[in-house]
Amino acid sequence: MSSAPTEGFQRSGPAGRTGNVLEVRDLSVEYIMERGTVLAVDEVSFDLAPGEFIGIVGESGCGKSTLLFAIAQLLTPPAAITGGSVTFLGRNMVGLTDRELAAVRWKDLSVVMQSAMNALNPVKSIGSQFDDAMRAHGVTSKVQIAERSAEVLRMVGIDPIHLKSYPHQLSGGMRQRSMIAMAMLFTPDLVIMDEPTSALDVVAQRSLMVQIKELQEELGFAIIFVTHDMSLVSHFSDRLMVMYGGVVAEFGATRRVFDTPLHPYSVGLLEAFPSIRGPRVPLTGIPGSPPNLASIPPGCRFAPRCPKVMARCEVEPPPLYEVDGTLVRCFLHAGEERGND
Amino acid sequence: MTDPAAGRPPRAALRDTALPADAPAPAESGAPSAQAGTAALLRTEALTRHFKIGSALSRKHTLHAVDDFSLTIGEHEIVALAGESGSGKSTVARLLAKLYKPTSGEIYFQGRPLSAIRGRRAVLRYRGDVPMVFQDPFASFNPVFRVSHGIMRCLKLHRPELSAQQRREEAERVFTAVGLTPAAEVLERFPHELSGGQRQRVGFAQALALRPKLILADEPVSMLDVSIRIGLLNLMADLRDTQGVSILYITHDIASARYVADRLIVMYAGHIAETGPTEEVLSRPRHPYTQLLLSAVPDPRAPLGVGAETDRGEPPKVIDPTPGCRFRWRCPLAIDECHQVTPPLRELLPEHSAACHVARADAETQAFR
Repeated sequence: MSSAPTEGFQRSGPAGRTGNVLEVRDLSVEYIMERGTVLAVDEVSFDLAPGEFIGIVGESGCGKSTLLFAIAQLLTPPAAITGGSVTFLGRNMVGLTDRELAAVRWKDLSVVMQSAMNALNPVKSIGSQFDDAMRAHGVTSKVQIAERSAEVLRMVGIDPIHLKSYPHQLSGGMRQRSMIAMAMLFTPDLVIMDEPTSALDVVAQRSLMVQIKELQEELGFAIIFVTHDMSLVSHFSDRLMVMYGGVVAEFGATRRVFDTPLHPYSVGLLEAFPSIRGPRVPLTGIPGSPPNLASIPPGCRFAPRCPKVMARCEVEPPPLYEVDGTLVRCFLHAGEERGND
Repeated sequence: MTDPAAGRPPRAALRDTALPADAPAPAESGAPSAQAGTAALLRTEALTRHFKIGSALSRKHTLHAVDDFSLTIGEHEIVALAGESGSGKSTVARLLAKLYKPTSGEIYFQGRPLSAIRGRRAVLRYRGDVPMVFQDPFASFNPVFRVSHGIMRCLKLHRPELSAQQRREEAERVFTAVGLTPAAEVLERFPHELSGGQRQRVGFAQALALRPKLILADEPVSMLDVSIRIGLLNLMADLRDTQGVSILYITHDIASARYVADRLIVMYAGHIAETGPTEEVLSRPRHPYTQLLLSAVPDPRAPLGVGAETDRGEPPKVIDPTPGCRFRWRCPLAIDECHQVTPPLRELLPEHSAACHVARADAETQAFR
């Protein structure tokens, strides 16, 4: 532990916590509009252990960002949580007031958004934005604020001289790093990231991912990382959730999902990546387009695009089967259930 | 949507893996030869574009977006231009599209210098020969018109000899060629009724309707979902093979460049860092920057494990540069000469050149792996 947080900025919860950081149960989110409702997230459940890194991947419109916003209680109308619970550090977050949420945000739970340019205030220096977050949580000593601000910037490899800089004076990678530094201010238990690297180049992307992983190992927070690029999290996440059309298609250990994907959609996604090494092979991608969530087909949502579709798939929605610890929503694995808990 | 390109591998892939039977037969009955790079279609010589920056009153700094850039695009070939954002690759596309004037240097299209193409009709003809396909399929269509509107206007403007009936037929032909079937029905849709992948196909159809020689495709797949991208890449290979066009494929995704391109140009800070046949450059990268790019590409098939050494640098803004290699600040192999002399592009292996003082033909110089 090279950088134990300065006094006053350690984790606020009880030390040596044992239970899960986050428990999501049957969470459903709907967009309620005049023309009808769109079920964007349909009964998603998962647990997150302390210090765990979960990657959530899927195509645009699969509900991954909506799920993330629902967990962070950041949904705005017409989206609303219509069922289920989000238990963060033993407390159900659904239905908390803004004041109660404000006490949790930045302190126990931080969110890093896709575009740091839009998330940072363009007319305030980086330092004064750090200052704001700390004052909101009752830190008033100027010395303490200055010390901690410099400390978190150093953690992400930026010279503290940039506390005086404005967002437009930093490069895209540095802006994203300073967002992550801000998320570290109070050493949270959970950091939620929505495609934080998608505006960056491969080289900057890679170095940011390595940095996030190093910080996580050092400070022990849990991460939920949403991305459309599953190769990006392949080397970093512990578990991987593949979402399709608002539901969990497959959820298991990252290595396992990459080595032996069970759901035909995961197989298709993995085969859609041209490789940089090895023989050049012709690829086909996945024909068709993602489903329209306003009119969900009666059976499996992937059935219209699935190369292994069966008669049953078109009429009956498949449940989640557990196969050797991996959850998969596909009738192909109906007979293989093992290790039920 | 049916996808005619799906399942048909790009030509280069066929060449490498020697798949049987359905490979397109080369040079048959006047069909475009599958042999790439026979004649130079477009060539640039020391192409340079600078921008004055600073406030309106004091424009004393110069941003060197593209410097001393020489490339050749042959007939029926896909050339990938890869680099980070800010490396100048989009500026190159705009120079080739005649949207910017070069600060110095010249572009030759079919042997004619671009600076000699003047007047509305000549420029129109050039733009028909070299159309562009844009990055964002959600921003490049007018939402209040059916998709037929754009393509009909293009045809009316660029091919005035066609009758209304012929324009309609031509539009249906190109829509079918890019896999938008049934063409007559898709033409009547509005942009919001099409998916991102379908819209990008409309972009290619629109370019194709002009009977182009070269399509400038600026990041055509980067806004699309992973599962859709491959279909578009296959389409590009298909257009090269069946419609006989060349494509300049601008991308930051080197894996997709490898999938579809015959030749690769790696750009760094306005300069060409390395160029050559795609597979040759990627299997034996000589420039440290190419090696860095390759080491950063996430590969789900590679074994898990975080590389210990990681570059934390960023691409420079090339404002009022002094001589010397622009990669030197990030380069672990930099020597004194790199700080004084801008390295020229040298041919190290057959057709394979790199702009590096240190790079050698053999594999001794490995900066990143």
